[in-house]
Amino acid sequence: MDVLTDNFSLYGKGFLGTVELTVYASLLALALGFVMASFRVAPVSSLRAIGTVWVAVLRNTPLTLLFFAVLLGLPRFGLVLPFQLFAVLALGCYTSAFICEALRSGINTVPTGQGEAARSLGMSFSQTLSNVVLPQAFRSVIPPVGSTLIALAKNSAIAGAFSVTELLGTYKTLNELGYSIIWSFVWIAVGYLIITLAISALFNLMEKRWGVAR
Amino acid sequence: MAVDPLIELRDVNKYFGKLHVLQDINLTVGRGEVVVVIGPSGSGKSTLCRTINRLETIESGHIFIDGEPLPEEGKGLAQLRAEVGMVFQSFNLFAHKTVLANVSLAQLKVRGRKKDQADRRSRELLERVGLAEQADKFPAQLSGGQQQRVAIARALAMDPKALLFDEPTSALDPEMINEVLEVMRQLAREGMTMVVVTHEMGFARSAANRVVFMADGRIVEDRTPEDFFTAPESDRAKDFLSKILKH
Repeated sequence: MDVLTDNFSLYGKGFLGTVELTVYASLLALALGFVMASFRVAPVSSLRAIGTVWVAVLRNTPLTLLFFAVLLGLPRFGLVLPFQLFAVLALGCYTSAFICEALRSGINTVPTGQGEAARSLGMSFSQTLSNVVLPQAFRSVIPPVGSTLIALAKNSAIAGAFSVTELLGTYKTLNELGYSIIWSFVWIAVGYLIITLAISALFNLMEKRWGVAR
Repeated sequence: MAVDPLIELRDVNKYFGKLHVLQDINLTVGRGEVVVVIGPSGSGKSTLCRTINRLETIESGHIFIDGEPLPEEGKGLAQLRAEVGMVFQSFNLFAHKTVLANVSLAQLKVRGRKKDQADRRSRELLERVGLAEQADKFPAQLSGGQQQRVAIARALAMDPKALLFDEPTSALDPEMINEVLEVMRQLAREGMTMVVVTHEMGFARSAANRVVFMADGRIVEDRTPEDFFTAPESDRAKDFLSKILKH
């Protein structure tokens, strides 16, 4: 117990760091995932190709490798940003590939006939997507998107290895101060639980509110 | 016979892979004409119907709507589709929207009407197909016949020049077929240009100006219903009619 009360501000900072990483990377992942999913179902073949390559590259690259590539690679091209921003970029882009595929599976649950009906009424591709397909796809992708964001929250721990302030990284300091490693980790785990349970609570709520009525 | 052609297909060919589903199709539909397309399944009649608003692309040939060639993609195509309504076998109502919103959506997005204006028009049309009371329900709460009538109202809401019907009654229970056909008969009487792919021979006899009989991707006969049903010329049509009219 001491380990928490004595180092509350250290834990607090780490916790906030993880929350920030999670929130910013989630927003980036959702936005990019949305764009890429639209690309993957677009009638223009070059857009489809971009979407496919995006997913293939990011989904099949180990996240740690992606961190290395972003944190060590981008500065070589003269792009120097705060490490936290690099971490958000890496996490966000990586997760966007999974969000994209979740959204696409949702899009595939909407009967193609409804898309045809919308087009036959003179609606453009983007109108069909935003008024007919996505609102219905959205309902069925709430659970998988929730899982993906929970995974993102936990993946943010990798950022700690690249000297970004986040929850898991606090163990190093605590360890040096001589606290019991077990209790340090227990409280770290509790911190992650708070974040992941908050995400699942949010998505449960959304599912109740907007989920597919069966 | 068509004096004022609204829909024209010239030498249209289409393949699904190796399958030659539409072979040198020539068809003209005049303004105000009701053309019923019949034929055995796999004869290409649904595909023919879907090429007219380019839900299916064609490999060669030309399609003209109201004298204009059918645009390939983009805005022009969308505009043209707004002028040619389509009713599908499986209704294809937007499941997440109420009946009223289904009929209003494209009026708002494509025609740029104001919401109250669009809703007023939608209620008028729902009244016309006998579904004014169902306006606030969702499609899943309606019977098949009711859903199809909503789909017809939705197509009419764009004030189209022509309507395409792709087997509109094939997914319906027998007792619901008539309510849909009645709406279609009324449209025909009011002078709507219609291309109807159907198996309803009664409708073909009573409402059509012309019957087009298709087999194996070709138009085999194109005649008045009277002539076609009493004296079919081709063996293919005789064979088809003998199979369906026996019972």
